[in-house]
Amino acid sequence: MAIEVRIPTILRTYTDGEKAVDGAGDTLRALIDDLEGNHPGIKDRLVEDKNGSIELRRFVNVYINDEDVRFIGSLDAQLSDGDQVVVLPAVAGGAR
Amino acid sequence: MLTIDQATYDAIVAHAKRDHPDEACGIVAGPEGSDRPERHVAMVNAAGSPTFYEFDSTELLALYKEMWKRDEEAVVVYHSHTATEAYPSVTDIGLASEPHAHYVLVSTREHGNNEGPVEFRSYKIVDGVVTEEEVTVVPELTNS
Repeated sequence: MAIEVRIPTILRTYTDGEKAVDGAGDTLRALIDDLEGNHPGIKDRLVEDKNGSIELRRFVNVYINDEDVRFIGSLDAQLSDGDQVVVLPAVAGGAR
Repeated sequence: MLTIDQATYDAIVAHAKRDHPDEACGIVAGPEGSDRPERHVAMVNAAGSPTFYEFDSTELLALYKEMWKRDEEAVVVYHSHTATEAYPSVTDIGLASEPHAHYVLVSTREHGNNEGPVEFRSYKIVDGVVTEEEVTVVPELTNS
């Protein structure tokens, strides 16, 4: 089962410069664990430990078939074969 | 060094003045690897705040998909500071995620929505290190 994952520039150090890699998993959580197996270190850039529970980092956006995963279950969002996943860091900042 | 054409420069400044006192934000896209800021895209500050900006997540995806379709990248990522100087904050540095981009900061603290000069400065932000660079405004980008 292959799911294409689009990798942003800033994380391509983990994918040997590849813009997209294949992964597997029936949830986003499982997919990220699968990615970590092939691209060690990438998981820590996507998720963080919040009081014992693993959550998507606040300034990382992940989309499944163009839907922001925050609206479809976040790390528990369902995946199936052929889905397209895009990872984009938030474009954010400010004076504060 | 950032080389930018006058019309794009003016559009960024006008956007910053229009949105003052909230922070304005956007990008200038250009062909991948060209370092040419050619296509200005003003974005909505989803945070709607005088001290923070963030692209709406759905609009962010649409923007990147359009750039991928055109083989473009974000050559300039800009935002305004409305009460402080045009220098990257700790937040700006921590969240900078485009190592190839020119991070432009415009400060509207002096004249707000009104006519008058603004600070317009550009930086590279790579692995938390900020390097200011010269900004050259040209009448038009030359063909290279």
